[in-house]
Amino acid sequence: MTKKTKTLNLNFGPQHPAAHGVLRLILELDGEVVEKADPHIGLLHRGTEKLIEHKTYTQALPYFDRLDYVAPMNQEHAFALATEKLLKIDVPIRAKYIRVIFCEIGRILSHLLNVTTQALDVGALTPSLWGFEERETLMTFYERASGSRLHANYFRTGGVHQDLPTKLISDISNFCKKFPRVIDDLEDLLTDNRIFKQRNVDIGLVTKQEALDHSFSGVMLRGSGVSWDLRKSQPYECYTDLDFKIPIGKNGDCYDRYLCRMEEMRESVKIINQCIEKLPKGPVKSIDGKISPPKRDEIKQSMEALIHHFKLFTEGYRVPAGNVYTAVEAPKGEFGVYLISDGSNRPYRCKIRAPGFSHLQAMDYLIKGHMLADVPAVLGSLDIVFGEVDR
Amino acid sequence: MELKNLINLEKLINSELANKIVNSKIENEELLITTTKENLEGVIKFLKNNEKSKFRQLIDIAGVDYPEEEKRFNLIYLMLSHENNMRVKILISFEIENKIPSITKIFPSANWMEREVFDMYGVKFIGHPDLRRILTDYNFKGHPLRKDFPLTGFNEVRYSEKEKKVIYEEVKLEQNYRNFDFSSPWEGTKYMKEINDKKHDKKN
Repeated sequence: MTKKTKTLNLNFGPQHPAAHGVLRLILELDGEVVEKADPHIGLLHRGTEKLIEHKTYTQALPYFDRLDYVAPMNQEHAFALATEKLLKIDVPIRAKYIRVIFCEIGRILSHLLNVTTQALDVGALTPSLWGFEERETLMTFYERASGSRLHANYFRTGGVHQDLPTKLISDISNFCKKFPRVIDDLEDLLTDNRIFKQRNVDIGLVTKQEALDHSFSGVMLRGSGVSWDLRKSQPYECYTDLDFKIPIGKNGDCYDRYLCRMEEMRESVKIINQCIEKLPKGPVKSIDGKISPPKRDEIKQSMEALIHHFKLFTEGYRVPAGNVYTAVEAPKGEFGVYLISDGSNRPYRCKIRAPGFSHLQAMDYLIKGHMLADVPAVLGSLDIVFGEVDR
Repeated sequence: MELKNLINLEKLINSELANKIVNSKIENEELLITTTKENLEGVIKFLKNNEKSKFRQLIDIAGVDYPEEEKRFNLIYLMLSHENNMRVKILISFEIENKIPSITKIFPSANWMEREVFDMYGVKFIGHPDLRRILTDYNFKGHPLRKDFPLTGFNEVRYSEKEKKVIYEEVKLEQNYRNFDFSSPWEGTKYMKEINDKKHDKKN
């Protein structure tokens, strides 16, 4: 006699603490084994690309903070690079170093959140409490540079908004001295932890070929043993002058991705230290008055500066017609901006390539055959932030 | 990403795929290949499998809408080769009623990317396993990234205290979206006129 079996449909989310945002997963279960996962996304869709088409280049930039809101400046960076490439302008050297410092701070912010919340999903509470304390410190650095903890709007076409306050550099430097100790503490809690390993080792395996086929990037690709980091292979800003290593995983499971992220944080600290050491003096934004706004005191003295200021904040600057694709190594993977300009003061089309979009797409094949309890573990290690997936 | 390699790649593509591509150019240090929708699969397969190009990864598919043009939609396929450290862009343009062959068989990751294009532009793909909307709401009407779709959309949602549920209503705005026209008599903004003239010329 054969027993008839029926699969059970389970609705996971959209409001679920382990969904890392607003994800709705329709799971087909055979007992406790997942047979199929169908992610429904778009619950946080705000039409960023459409909005950008209606804004000037200066106004479009803040939308990038709101994509991956865990590491805002890395997103701004991609857009700033794209407009700079179309405008064919150079960024002053000091601005490049400041940008790199804050991109690496963003990377630490993102990895801290991801590693600790993924640990939380598999049952470890303490790391998130420790990690979030450090995130708080990092966000004050954001605030002191840009005036805002999250939605920084700090990178501008041609440089950064303003120079850093004097004490900030030494404070970041102090943080970098203490922070490796915190990573050690987190590793003490997790790396050899039996429960953490049981939940992560050999879960969500990705082979090299599969990682390529599914358009993975960032840690998802490196965790599977592909040595690829845009900071090394297609360097932008001053990454060529800096000495850092790219950690690579061996097995391509959740545990290796965790190890990669931990190691990347250590490398980021190294990069920040080098940048602080080398930080040159000079202007922090392009001196071209047609692109970057004049200083406040200049407006009061010079008619030309006043006109520039008025024109830049009403009409904005024009960007020559053409199309470019620029990508940066954001904490989650390759974040790219494909920008089409028709020669006016607004982008004609701005396609945002979010790494999380392709990662989440692979959810179905990653989770097939795993247990229901592995869903949050895999989801956590994909490093999904819905701001960028849904755009 | 050296320019020399790109030039070599362009030469290779021009010699191997001469009858499949329309033209190719290098602009802003990026290679853009224009092809037709019939040859799209062939070109992508070649670029993926050829020993000299090895574009093993599809980065993204971007749709563009040019409402004035006869071939209204453009699709740009962005590809990346890890081995050769190169990027390439493949462009096809087509009319509104055309259906495009899906490349999900070549790159599984194209699945959601094509779904997004379908959602945003209403472009249909032949051979796609599961062509549903992806980013917009359930029961959404229209294709938001088309240039004739208004920025403020058609419907808005709110929780109705009376009906005790979320209801859909037509968008009501206290003030219309202000789309500033920069072709003012101000000196130096002739360019808006120039861009419009260019579009007009193309039409004729």
